[in-house]
This record gives sequence, C-alpha cells and structure tokens, in this order.
Amino acid sequence: MKEIKASMAGTVLNVLVAEGENVSAGQAVLTLESMKMEIPIETTEEGEVGTVNVNVGDFVNEGDILVVMK
Amino acid sequence: MKKILIANRGEIAARIVQTCEKLGIEPVIVYSQADRDLPYVKNAKIAYEIGEPPVAKSYLNSERILEVARTEKVDAIHPGYGFLSENANFVREVENANITFIGPSADVVEAMGDKVRARETMQAAGVPVVPGSDGALKDVEEAVKLADEIGYPVMIKASAGGGGIGMQRCEDEKSLRSAFVSSQNRAKAYFGNDEMFMEKFITNSRHIEVQIFGDDHGNVVHLFERDCSIQRRHQKVIEETPSPFLSDEVRQQICEAAVQAGNHVNYTNAGTVEFIVDEEENFYFLEMNTRLQVEHPVTEMITGLDLVKWQIEIAQGNPIPKKQEELTTKGHSFEYRIYAEDPVNFMPSPGKIETFDYPKADGVRVDTGFASQTQVTPFYDPMVAKVIIYGEDRQDALEKSISFFNEWKLDGIKHNGPLFTTILNEESFQKGNYTTNYLNHVKTKVNN
Repeated sequence: MKEIKASMAGTVLNVLVAEGENVSAGQAVLTLESMKMEIPIETTEEGEVGTVNVNVGDFVNEGDILVVMK
Repeated sequence: MKKILIANRGEIAARIVQTCEKLGIEPVIVYSQADRDLPYVKNAKIAYEIGEPPVAKSYLNSERILEVARTEKVDAIHPGYGFLSENANFVREVENANITFIGPSADVVEAMGDKVRARETMQAAGVPVVPGSDGALKDVEEAVKLADEIGYPVMIKASAGGGGIGMQRCEDEKSLRSAFVSSQNRAKAYFGNDEMFMEKFITNSRHIEVQIFGDDHGNVVHLFERDCSIQRRHQKVIEETPSPFLSDEVRQQICEAAVQAGNHVNYTNAGTVEFIVDEEENFYFLEMNTRLQVEHPVTEMITGLDLVKWQIEIAQGNPIPKKQEELTTKGHSFEYRIYAEDPVNFMPSPGKIETFDYPKADGVRVDTGFASQTQVTPFYDPMVAKVIIYGEDRQDALEKSISFFNEWKLDGIKHNGPLFTTILNEESFQKGNYTTNYLNHVKTKVNN
C-alpha cells in the first residue's frame, strides 16, 4: 500500500482522481496551492486509488497523507 | 493627514509604517491570524486582526477593512501592492466612505486593469504597443488567423490577467489551439473574465519600466527607468536602475513615452508603465501598474526620494514635490527579491526562519516583514525580503552585492539566496548582458 504525501504545506486546490480509479505513473492526483503557486502532486507508480483523505479547501501540512493507493 | 490604515502585510506594510512615522502620521495595521507574530504587527501601536489566513477572509475582505477604517476614523488607506491595490470597486468603496485612497482614481485603475482597454488607450496616446490583436479575440479561429499574419511565436493573454497569470507562449497553430482554450478557462476561473488577446512574442526581450507620478494639478513626471528582466515564471527576481542596456537616447524616449501615457489618462499618484524592449531597443507598452511597485526602492536609492512620502503628499491634493528638471539620479542600485523557495526548481518552501541576519553596511537596505524565529506561512506570496544595494556605479553596487551575499545568514527555510551568488559571479550578468530568458540558462548551470 503506497501513500502519497504532501510535499509542502498548502491548501488543496482540486482533487483530480476518485477512489477506485486506475492511475498511471506520473499522473497528477491532486493540486496543492502554496504561496500563490499551484503544485501538482503526482503518483510515482501506477495502480488503483484506495482512499482520498482530503477535500478541496483543506489545509495540509508537509508530510500529511493525501491519497492511499491500493 | 493624521492617521493612515495600511491594507497590506509583510515588508510593504512595514515600509509604509516607516514613512508614516517619519511624517508624524499614525499607522493602523490590519493583519490575518497567520501574521499575528510578525515583528511589524507586534510593534504596532494600533493593529486589528481581520480574519483567517486565506486572503479572501482577511486581506481581500474589504468590508472588514473598511469597518476598521471607520472605527479608527482614518484619513486615508494605503493599499500597498497586490491584494486590493488595483481593485477599482475597493477604490470606490473607500471614496464613498469619505476616506482618501492613496493611489489613482477608480476609473484609471479600472481602465488599466483591463489589458485590452489599456492597450487601446495607449495606442490612442501614441505610445507604441506590441504588434497583435486590435481589442479582444472573438474565438480560437480568429486567433489562428491573426497568428498567421503576425508570425509565430505569439503570446496569448487574458484581458483581466496580470503578474504572469493567464498568459502563454505558443510556438505553432497546434499549441495555440490548445493553449487558447485552457488559458480561457483559467482566466474565467481566476478573474471571472475569459476575454483573450494576442501579442507577437518578442524574442531576446528585456523588461524595462518607468516610474511616473501624477498630481491633481495636471502634472506628470517620470522618475527614470528600472530594468526588471531577471524573472522566473514571469515574476521579477532582480531589478536594477539605471538599465545597463538602454542607450541614453532611448532612455529619454521611453521615459517620455511613459509621461505621455500618464498625461493621456490624467494619471494621479504613483504608477509604473511597463515596456518590453527588443534587441534593437524598440520598445512597446506592456501594461500599467496603478500602484506602488515592489521594486520602488531602487528608484529611491538613485533619486534620494521617499516615494511613499510623495504618494501621501499627492493624495492630500498637493502638487508633485519636484519638477521634471529638478529630478536627477546618482549612482546605481540593485534589488534582490528573497523568495522562500527551492533555488533550483523554484518550488515554494514555507517554514520557520531560524536565523535572518545580515551586515548593516553603507548602501545596504533590507525591507522585510520577517525576522529570526518567525514563520513563513503557505498562504501568501513567497517573498520574505528585498535586499537593496546602492553603489556609486554599477561595478561598486555589484561588489557590495557580492559581499552582502557572502556575509548574510538566512536559514530554516529553503530560499533563492544561492541563486544570487551564482548570478553575481556570472560574466553576462556582470556585464549587464541579459534578457528575460536569463534565469533559464543560469538554472541549467546550477543543475549541471
């Protein structure tokens, strides 16, 4: 089970995947906004999205788990 | 004026406080919950917390800001830059509350904020604009047809855009077609306005801007140019004045064009006319910023003037303190914007500043809202400080810059300081030989 973590503190701008969706390596799963910049958060491996832990507008800290892959 | 509310944060709030205190004016600070521990907030005699960290709930909350202004019975509001500074509706709300807005009229703010209208206004003023569309583009087909006429590469821009947001370079028809639609969607989401226009992309360009001031008595003067070509993601990183690139003849022409632009719109208070300049020194109007600019200190260094003081004087209805022929420059100045970001990939790096210390030397000015042991939060722009260096000439200013960055200390967060050390030791920068594309080359060198 792989976890996708926030690379920096910020606000969730949008969530690009749904639970159960198949994603490929390098695909953006969500976008964080930090310091007026949009930062795509990508998965490093392909697989199926297990759970999405955050909603649009949530504030996350660096290292928080955003998405868990199956 | 006895009391001024500063509707901003960070270094520019701290900067405006300084001039207020010098003039015996009481500053009123407003701050979000994220900024309560910053030094200028803690040191303020009058400060109001106005909301939660996100800008919509605090620094863009005009209702709450005006409520503080009324409670404190302030004479004026200084908007700084960004946030509400170029929001014509806010300007009107301030004026309706019988409070002076330190800046130009709402109508001028509105006319210049609409990039298509600004372009048309400048054409009418006889100021050259970049070859491109007359007015807004109807649709993608019109964009493709025009691009064929003026030649690729082209830039498509959102009419309501600014600060590098809502613009994209297109190399060919295919990229234009896809960029047009995505930029239009972004513009609609960001600015609530999906109007797009097109300009020819000027290769090897420089970004040179002119500081102007206008007053209520019909006077407009310029305070010379600033070269802001060192940029990343269309945002400025280093500015200097005088420009090392312009010939004296073109310097005079570009400054005169800026005054012409200001006169045409009956400009009042501080403004900046931005130009793009090609390799042959042809210059074209880009946009006009109807506010105090981040990089105003370099102009202050070489003119010996306090631009915030000028803004306050003019907002009170006084004439511009000096005539054009009385305005002169001496020496050379650089400004380095310190961003909390990775110096190589420019990714943001919020966090706690452990130590921020620097040599207090002659010709060194640091404008900041932060200090050691303060938190840089992810809610705002990543700029933590501006390092402004003055020298007798460019060489002297370069040498002082190099010693500054050898001696200063900023740790706890990642920042772009190492990039400045690289740039300052780099031959083409030392020679003043750079374009807006410069950082792409330097970045590559850091990577290798």
